Amino acid sequence: MKGWMGKVRTLLLLSVLPLILSGCGKENLTAFLPKGYGAQVSLDLIVISLIVMIVVFIVVMIIYTMVLVRYRQKKGQENFIPKQTEGNKALEIIWTVIPIILLVIIAVPTVAATFNLADESDKDDSLNVNVTANQYWWHFNYQGEEIQTSQDLYIPTGEKIYLNMISSDVLHSFWVPSIAGKMDTNPENENTMYIEAYEEGVYWGKCAELCGPSHSLMDFKIVAVSPDEFDQWVEDMQNVDPEAEPETASAQEGQELFENSCISCHAIGSSPTALAPNLTNFGDRTAIAGVIDYNKENLVEWILDPEKLKEGNKMSSAPYLVNDELNEEEANQIADYLLQLKPSEITPESANNNE
Amino acid sequence: MSHDTLNPEVMPSEPEKATLEGKNKFLGFWFFLGGETVLFASLFGTYLALRNSNNGGPTSEELFGLELVFVMTMLLLTSSLTSVYAMYHMKNNDFRKMQIWLGITVALGLGFLGFEIYEFYHYIHHYEFTFRSSAFGSAFYTLVGFHGGHVLFGLLWIITIMARNAKRGLNLYNAPKFYIASLYWHFIDVVWVFIFTVVYLMGVI
Amino acid sequence: MSTTTAQRTGFGAVLWDYLTTVDHKKIGILYLISGGFFFLIGGLEAMAIRIQLIKPENDFVSAGFYNEILTMHGTTMIFLAAMPLIFALMNAVVPLQIGARDVAFPFLNSLGFWLFLFGGLLLNASWFLGGAPDAGWTAYAPLSTTSPGHGVDFYILGLQISGAGTLIAGINFLVTIVNMRAPGMTYMRLPLFTWTTFVVSALILFAFPALTVGLFLLMFDRLFGSGFFNANMGGNSVIWEHLFWIFGHPEVYILILPAFGVFSEVLPTFAKKRLFGYTAMVFATVLIGFLGFMVWAHHMFTVGLGPAANSIFAVATMAIAVPTGIKIFNWLFTLWGGNIQINSAMLWSLSFIPTFTLGGMTGVMLAAAAADYQYHDTYFVVAHFHYVIVGGVVFGIFAGLHYWWPRMFGKILNETLGKITFWTFFIGFHLTFFIQHFLGLMGMPRRYWVFLADQGLDTGNFISTIGAFLMAVGTIVFLINVIVTTSKGEKVSGDPWDGRTLEWAIPNPTPHYNFKQTPLVRGLDALWVEKTEGRKEMTPAEPLDDIHMPNASILPFIMSLGLFIAGFGFIYQIDNISWLLAVFIGMGITLGAMFVRSVKDDLGHHIHKEDLDKGAGL
Repeated sequence: MKGWMGKVRTLLLLSVLPLILSGCGKENLTAFLPKGYGAQVSLDLIVISLIVMIVVFIVVMIIYTMVLVRYRQKKGQENFIPKQTEGNKALEIIWTVIPIILLVIIAVPTVAATFNLADESDKDDSLNVNVTANQYWWHFNYQGEEIQTSQDLYIPTGEKIYLNMISSDVLHSFWVPSIAGKMDTNPENENTMYIEAYEEGVYWGKCAELCGPSHSLMDFKIVAVSPDEFDQWVEDMQNVDPEAEPETASAQEGQELFENSCISCHAIGSSPTALAPNLTNFGDRTAIAGVIDYNKENLVEWILDPEKLKEGNKMSSAPYLVNDELNEEEANQIADYLLQLKPSEITPESANNNE
Repeated sequence: MSHDTLNPEVMPSEPEKATLEGKNKFLGFWFFLGGETVLFASLFGTYLALRNSNNGGPTSEELFGLELVFVMTMLLLTSSLTSVYAMYHMKNNDFRKMQIWLGITVALGLGFLGFEIYEFYHYIHHYEFTFRSSAFGSAFYTLVGFHGGHVLFGLLWIITIMARNAKRGLNLYNAPKFYIASLYWHFIDVVWVFIFTVVYLMGVI
Repeated sequence: MSTTTAQRTGFGAVLWDYLTTVDHKKIGILYLISGGFFFLIGGLEAMAIRIQLIKPENDFVSAGFYNEILTMHGTTMIFLAAMPLIFALMNAVVPLQIGARDVAFPFLNSLGFWLFLFGGLLLNASWFLGGAPDAGWTAYAPLSTTSPGHGVDFYILGLQISGAGTLIAGINFLVTIVNMRAPGMTYMRLPLFTWTTFVVSALILFAFPALTVGLFLLMFDRLFGSGFFNANMGGNSVIWEHLFWIFGHPEVYILILPAFGVFSEVLPTFAKKRLFGYTAMVFATVLIGFLGFMVWAHHMFTVGLGPAANSIFAVATMAIAVPTGIKIFNWLFTLWGGNIQINSAMLWSLSFIPTFTLGGMTGVMLAAAAADYQYHDTYFVVAHFHYVIVGGVVFGIFAGLHYWWPRMFGKILNETLGKITFWTFFIGFHLTFFIQHFLGLMGMPRRYWVFLADQGLDTGNFISTIGAFLMAVGTIVFLINVIVTTSKGEKVSGDPWDGRTLEWAIPNPTPHYNFKQTPLVRGLDALWVEKTEGRKEMTPAEPLDDIHMPNASILPFIMSLGLFIAGFGFIYQIDNISWLLAVFIGMGITLGAMFVRSVKDDLGHHIHKEDLDKGAGL
């Protein structure tokens, strides 16, 4: 099996080449340039089925063109009545049997790949991350590591990571096209899938199941770093002091404000609180609220009016907004506090630099 | 319109299928019952998926007693039999006997419905087991309630056509109406047999 | 005897005639008008979607409103446009094709239409009453059970009412085709369009009750506090997905099979050749219908059903490609050796073959479960189902309308305008949707209000929106065509295409009673058989006699109106208990009308044979 899969892969490279040249989407987002095991398996299957289907299409189009060229009504033949053929057994058998054979060619690797991607035999020996999808953010709880993050999922390259996924509200779907196909998160049962990133990088993740007004703004990232870097990140994250005092006065003010209000939903450090995104390493995020450009100005705007940027999100009904308790200066201070939360040297930068 | 074609000298042996309209009704109703089968199959599927989701409330073992349900089953099975008698008399063109047997069918159906209402009342007041207490409660009341609704509709239907035709007797226009009403009644009975098995027997054992 | 149909005195009389008609030809026209109306509304919604997506991070509409638009676009196009337009063709043609004077249940036929219309109106009333449904046409729980406002309630009640109408129409056509065929019209002589109607009606019968149950459960959860899909009460949201797709997958075959039927009529007529492999075509139709019930879970590959279930449903889905392939090749070989005349109806039919082949190709690709993990819920899927639904169903409806327009309205649609419509729509269609295959795999999920800048999705979306405008132009030209043809078109004979099947054996305009004498069918393509033997007309199967016809009735309209009123009651009783009054009034009207129907004899009327030649009942 592996042998001819390899050949298919070469073939795939050849056929994908023009697409790369003509632009087949943004690297680390598109499913055309797989950077992980699941995406590779899916793309192999896509290519096999596409090749078979293109063969069929070409046959159909050849007959179609011949028919239209040869049998279109010619001048003076308006009253010509052609022979009324009832059918042709041999032909009909041919176009029943050949498609069946072609489908078997697709079906066998399909079944193999489907079972392959559902394999859970080494789940207990691998890193497990519990994923919780929420309107409209993602929460990641590293099993047995006392580490929690939101929005950015750090993983080591070259290892299988098992994701145990559930939803806290409506259906969502976890999709990182460059790494693996998607899996739904349901509110009543846990779904498991594994991912494996081949290369370091920051990969775009999307929610792929309609989940409300801000469905299209529920992006997240997978930050794949080398195993060594990952180990260091784990150590750094485990050693976070949630009460560490910031350096600037403004950030200190912000910390106090944060601890009087925001902390009831947002956690810093490992904490069971997961009503809202965990902000332990907020300073290393690549985006605010998943999709907004990462800078202080946007962060202040977000704190003051989240509804404007992400319709229907739950922060809009936070008490500080309902009671109008926060002024712009205070929001600035909170922003200063959040932006300096950089507990680890391993950041999305480290994933990008190694390329 | 000549009524003679609908009141022939000698009634045919199958008056329900003697006219094109009758044939259409007969076939159309069988198709309708096919659709109803899918409807109940979907409800059964939902019930089977949720029957253990009692959410801390009473379970089926705690709730169901087979004695009452057994009596209800007997009532409904017997009513199906009496409706067969009624159709037998229809084919013999004996309108009076048909009406009597249909009347007995209705009485038995009313008895069934009374017991069902008592059963629901019992669950709600003694166990506080309601439509809203759990997914199991929702599924139970929906499945059994849909059946109960069908029984009620069937009773109203049979009573209506009995009353409507009481004075004018049987003809080829109303024979198909009686016949498909009895078909409907049989269908309700068959569904109940499945409810008895799937909900009550499987719920207790 | 009733002669209301003969009096055309003023608008009021015509209106009353159409409100009460039980004539399948007029009901077909009613379906056409209302289906066309909803098609335009759905098209406007589509344009709003494409304008919103013309550039990254656009704010043409707000996020919440966008979800309402996309939900209503899908729901409207499937339930309120495609289905009724197909019913329009079925009503206009099927009784004629089998040599019947009407359908088996004319009263129910009318009831089915009015239920559909009132259901559609109820659903669309949501726009003016606080917002349309916003959980997608699939209404997945718990998003649908927790969606605020009444939008989803309108979805539930609207579809429940119009779904009941569809079910009734399905049963009606089943019985019509079984019981009302003319002498000699055996099953293996049925025209393919009638065959597809038959199979589709069976699909409706066995698929719609699953939706009925699903909608009831959703309604109970939203309005009466049950917990079917509520995880906190032990419920399970995946049940909704199963129920929806047990209905939903057959539904897409309900849409496409009649289109297959249309092409199987149009291609032989204009190639002047009988359908190649008729038996295989019938067999393939039945097989597709049968397999259509076995594959619903391929919409749920990413739900987490496990690899065994996914593999079984993947292979079963691929199997459908075989009968579909048989059909494609049979159409090609119908054309092979023919004398192909190309007009508007033929353009739609010919362009269907490559378009649908593309849609079928992506269908097989989607069936490969492990590959679907990438396609699922992306624009790849959006592209696929528009290729089959627009490229198959809408092309089929256009072909059917051009082909049967002279049968329905006595005039041929303008050819020049027809060709302009075709080319703008066809090019626009491929521009819109071909690129979307790539957008999907490039990382664009479906139902996205915005796509972000700098993600390589700008050009594709821009091209797609341009294509949508071309499709809109094509549609507008078609409307102009209808107006021009109606006002200026010339009346044609009853058989303008040199047709092959029974519906062309009738004079123009079609008499109220269709066939003066029931025809005797002596082979497949009944009229063609007579033509090859030098006759111009069908051989009658009965002597000239009085014709029994059903009476018109306003009751179907009243019954549907009652449910419409009750629908509002159900929706608003949760806000204010006094709205239950509307439920009682509405249900009272409906049940009262049913009671009247039940106790009042309706024996129909006769058209006397002496009056037939005078054209009575036209």
